[in-house]
Amino acid sequence: MVLFTVIRESINLGTAFLFGSTGETITEKSGHLNLGIPGIMCMGALGGCYGVSLYLRGMDPASINGFALFIYAVFFSMLFAMATGAIYAFLTVALRCNQNVTGLTVTTFGVGCSKYFIKNVDTTNFNYASESLRQLFPFASDMNEFWQIFFGHGALVYLSVIVALVTAFVFKKTRVGLHLRSIGENPAAADAAGINVTKYKYCAILIGSAIAGLGGLFYIMDRLKGTWEYNVDAIGWLAVALVIFTMWRPDLSILGSFFFGLLSVLSGYVSFLPTQILELFPYLVTIVVLIVTSVLDSKENQPPAALGLAYFREER
Amino acid sequence: MEREVALEMRGVSKFFGQVVANKNVDLTVYKGEILAVLGENGSGKTTLMNMIAGIYFPDEGQTFVNGEEAVIRSPQDAFKYKIGMIHQHFKLVDVFDAAQNITLGVKTPPAPANGKNAFTRFFSKIGHRLQSGLYRKKEVAAEVKKIADKYGFEIDPKKKIYDMSVSEKQTVEIVKVLYRGANILILDEPTAVLTPQETEKLFSVLRKMKEDGKSIVIITHKLNEVLAISDRVAVLRKGESVGTIETKDADENKLTELMVGKKISLNIERSAPVNPEDRLEIKGLNLKNHEGVKVLDDVSFTAKSGEILGIAGIAGSGQKELLEAIAGLQTLQSGDMIFHNPKKDKPVTFFHKTLRRVKELAQEGAFRYENGETVDFTGMSDKQIKDLVNEGKVLFKEDEIIDLKDKTPLQIRELGIRLSFVPEDRLGMGLVGNMDIVDNMMLRSYRKGKSMFVDRSRPGKLADEIIGELEVVTPSSHTPVRRLSGGNVQKVLVGREIASAPKVLMAAYPVRGLDINSSYTIYNLLNKQKENGAAVIFVGEDLDVLIELCDRILVIGSGKVTGIVDGRTADKSEIGLLMTKTKKTAEESVKEAAV
Amino acid sequence: MNMKTVNSGEKAVKEPLFHIVKRNAVPLKQRILIKAGAIVLSMIVCGLLGTILTGNSPFTMYASLIKGNFGQESKIWAMLQETALLLGISLALLPAFKMKFWNLGADGQVLVGALVSAGLMYKLGAKTDGVLLNLLMLVCSVGAGVIWALIPAVFKAKWKTNETLFTLMMNYIAVGITGYMINQWATSGSGTMGVIKYGWLPELGNKSVLTIIVVALLTAGMVIYIKYSKHGYELTVVGESENTARYVGINVKKVVIRTMIVSGAICGLIGLLLAGSINHTITKTLVDGRGFTAVLVTWLADFNPYYMIATAFLVAFLKSGSAQVITDFKLNNDAFSAIITGIVIFFIIGCQFFVQYRLIFNSKKKKKGEN
Repeated sequence: MVLFTVIRESINLGTAFLFGSTGETITEKSGHLNLGIPGIMCMGALGGCYGVSLYLRGMDPASINGFALFIYAVFFSMLFAMATGAIYAFLTVALRCNQNVTGLTVTTFGVGCSKYFIKNVDTTNFNYASESLRQLFPFASDMNEFWQIFFGHGALVYLSVIVALVTAFVFKKTRVGLHLRSIGENPAAADAAGINVTKYKYCAILIGSAIAGLGGLFYIMDRLKGTWEYNVDAIGWLAVALVIFTMWRPDLSILGSFFFGLLSVLSGYVSFLPTQILELFPYLVTIVVLIVTSVLDSKENQPPAALGLAYFREER
Repeated sequence: MEREVALEMRGVSKFFGQVVANKNVDLTVYKGEILAVLGENGSGKTTLMNMIAGIYFPDEGQTFVNGEEAVIRSPQDAFKYKIGMIHQHFKLVDVFDAAQNITLGVKTPPAPANGKNAFTRFFSKIGHRLQSGLYRKKEVAAEVKKIADKYGFEIDPKKKIYDMSVSEKQTVEIVKVLYRGANILILDEPTAVLTPQETEKLFSVLRKMKEDGKSIVIITHKLNEVLAISDRVAVLRKGESVGTIETKDADENKLTELMVGKKISLNIERSAPVNPEDRLEIKGLNLKNHEGVKVLDDVSFTAKSGEILGIAGIAGSGQKELLEAIAGLQTLQSGDMIFHNPKKDKPVTFFHKTLRRVKELAQEGAFRYENGETVDFTGMSDKQIKDLVNEGKVLFKEDEIIDLKDKTPLQIRELGIRLSFVPEDRLGMGLVGNMDIVDNMMLRSYRKGKSMFVDRSRPGKLADEIIGELEVVTPSSHTPVRRLSGGNVQKVLVGREIASAPKVLMAAYPVRGLDINSSYTIYNLLNKQKENGAAVIFVGEDLDVLIELCDRILVIGSGKVTGIVDGRTADKSEIGLLMTKTKKTAEESVKEAAV
Repeated sequence: MNMKTVNSGEKAVKEPLFHIVKRNAVPLKQRILIKAGAIVLSMIVCGLLGTILTGNSPFTMYASLIKGNFGQESKIWAMLQETALLLGISLALLPAFKMKFWNLGADGQVLVGALVSAGLMYKLGAKTDGVLLNLLMLVCSVGAGVIWALIPAVFKAKWKTNETLFTLMMNYIAVGITGYMINQWATSGSGTMGVIKYGWLPELGNKSVLTIIVVALLTAGMVIYIKYSKHGYELTVVGESENTARYVGINVKKVVIRTMIVSGAICGLIGLLLAGSINHTITKTLVDGRGFTAVLVTWLADFNPYYMIATAFLVAFLKSGSAQVITDFKLNNDAFSAIITGIVIFFIIGCQFFVQYRLIFNSKKKKKGEN
């Protein structure tokens, strides 16, 4: 059935958005709008490729150990993304620079770096590596399309859902989540309550970046089967849009990412509209959500109150 | 008498750029006492306290807690020394409930080391970490309730902050500090937003805490409160400490002298209104804010020319919205605001009227000639009419009556109504902080003329005049107003607003944050406008000043007018009662409805 | 930390190494010095990076950078043209930014301008080549830019819809539509348009001159508009404080919409220049991210049109220069310029901190908080 394939594909592609939006949500909850996420995702992709090539060096593709490869890819992807996020964090937290401008520069820099350095990465046998990353359950390949929806994915897909659920749980039920949200809402109040605002901000940005980086890794190594393409940043912008679309809730993001995935995938299956127009749908939908939420203007579902504002304790 | 010292500051200084906030301040707080820190606005009280609470770090000097030197770099450090501060501007997260705010940032106690061996100990530790990391609504609410009961607070742990009244928010702040086990409590101007009755309640709670052995520091500039609650008074003047005295040895005169240096009379001159006329008639204003809460409820009153009408009320009772409604900044549900433009016997001009409008009014019979004959334009050409008007031969028969309802600020100005407004938020509404004085002068006048470009010469002159006449301290007229001190900012704003010789002058809290001298400058300016025949509407918070300055005082409570009293005969407690009147009746009516 | 162990003696207590205080206004000279210092530092870092990547000394790289901009007459023209394009888009953003309307959609606004121009060149070129066509292109591309800017502006004015993300999304929609149109127009599914032979704007010497002249005029016009016109005054007030604007009777919605019309019109005009004067074609990547770079240019220049000239030049210099570095060092990778630009901008953004704040070291107690 085509329908099942479309659903499977949508979930699959949605993973890239989900990692990105979960990372961005964590960052935004600390009051930092990180427009560097597209660049950070590119760096995550680059890091992942580097990790994979490091693992594959001089190895016979037949002897790939899926688990070890996964660890290599994830570790380096997160490391590179975090390092890029650290630039953003230092500039906006310690030096209190404008978040929009810093974010855009991080994107320029990240996209540039990944494009430049990917040429130094040895991508031989990436197709084999991708194959091993793309399938977590060996038995899935024997199943029909329906069961493929649930089992026919790589480990990163399941990881993204777990990460989103854990993040939602932390926000809602734990003290750490409470502290983080208070910083995004009113850093002065959090500070006066004895919360280490700076530490939380750094942690949120770094962890958020690392998670977003996995989105880049997924996109290149899983979705594109190990071939490098230059539009990782477009995925990143959609991830930023997804945060708004789901109103800062990672659990809703799971559904949202599927929806975005569906809109992007659909162009391959539908012929009544040209591809270029279908590809616009995620952007159009985000605009509609932006408009609808602003027209409704409810008290809940608002962005963190201090989003985009630098915090300086001795401000008078 | 041997008293144990709880906290001591020695030679503490703090600078903000070139501004000296505190200089070489010494301060001692004993255990189980209430210390009042007294000083004018801008005397550095809050800065000093912020250094104890870890918000600011001192540039010089040392702090000792229980006799040991303490370095307080952050609020966490302050908590470690069991110091807690209730800030004037509450530091609460609006979208959280009371319990979440109270427990925010509290570290959980370390895990109990039970278990037989290192292995089980390790896991019990991890388990404890995980458990204590969770936010448990019910347990927290119970703990909060326990503290509240101990000192007699009323608090609903589940209520969201954005649904709370100011006094409820303050309760949350105090419980928050107690929850952290504070022994030294600092309260920054805690009574500024409370009614006299709520203040009494707060004071009784404070006394209870004192009996419990806690040290309490209360910042205030209200002398009567100092005398009512404190054991000792420390006085600050211009950032320096000028002495500490026992409250029992102090009286108002002595404290005033310490506070301002020289003895000053609290007398504000008040002349009798000269033939007052109705200038602005407010009839049945109803206004809801964007959350649908009623903020003005059937408000009616009349402001007369040549008098100052004071408006008293607890902060946030609708004063701001009332003035904004008159200024055309709010959309009313219902009501009228009738402006009587004093045009009787004055010549008609084309400044604010089109030829068509003049013709219409003439048809209604609104004009007369100098000899008293009603003007009739029928049969005249446009040119003839224009000439007649321009020669000043056409006069108004009566004052012009204009309803300001649904008029935008621009329309009000275009109608030729000279209505000036000194809003509460000077740099957020009245002025543009990053623009210089000249450009700020231009805010009211830049539209003049048909040219596409702005003319800066006249505003420049006005700026120089205001700087000269009101003694504004500024490097030049091209200094951004953000860089001026509070008093000078206010002079610039008031100066601009009175430059147009207003018929109605509204001022919301015009002396807030100003030192005594600047305050008196402002009072004098208001008085002068009154003498010039303007109807002055003055929203104030200091009841003593309102009683001394105003001819009549309108009291507003929860958006309702609860009474209008004569400024010459009113007394404070009467006004205080009026301020809370509707609140109580509202609560009672709710109870009745429930029965 | 446990403080109880400390005896009550003099100086056994740990103090923070430094703390941060806000500065007063910094004199212009010092501000320029700080920025210049940041640029020098960033160039050192870039030099080191170049050394690591290519093995050549930093100085050969600097030489390449300069050669890439001033080595030949054509290079000077290319650099001037790039400066003009960046500056032109930055000027479009300036009134919007002064109004605190974060227009991140310049890329899209320029692109639709270019798209409309190219469309007219392609469709009508054979029939009405010449001044008439050029005028039509001018009107239509400016109109397209205006429409693209107006959509988010109207929603912002009416419902306060977040314009940062709205304009951002509009970019991708512009790219998508451009891709679709190119597919429609391009022959034999090649996916590219190739040079369109008709409707070229007048060449004054070479193809860069017209753009440079137009942008020079725009700069002068914008300085006057912002500083001396009533519109400029109103939009500044709106940007500084919407409440103040309402208080003095400025119609905020009208100002937002009017300012975005100006912003979009200039973007459309730049689009016209890109398609009609410089490239004579249309591609999805015609604007090449200049809309975003212009955001940085405008911001780094503190919204001052004169500094914007310098900043646009700096960014264009880095772009052309690093292109030369790539050829000279056989890097064979055009992403190098993004890295260099990123580093330089990081330093300039970072140095803003030292303009606004000051560090006070607590190693010894100072007698006085000197300046």
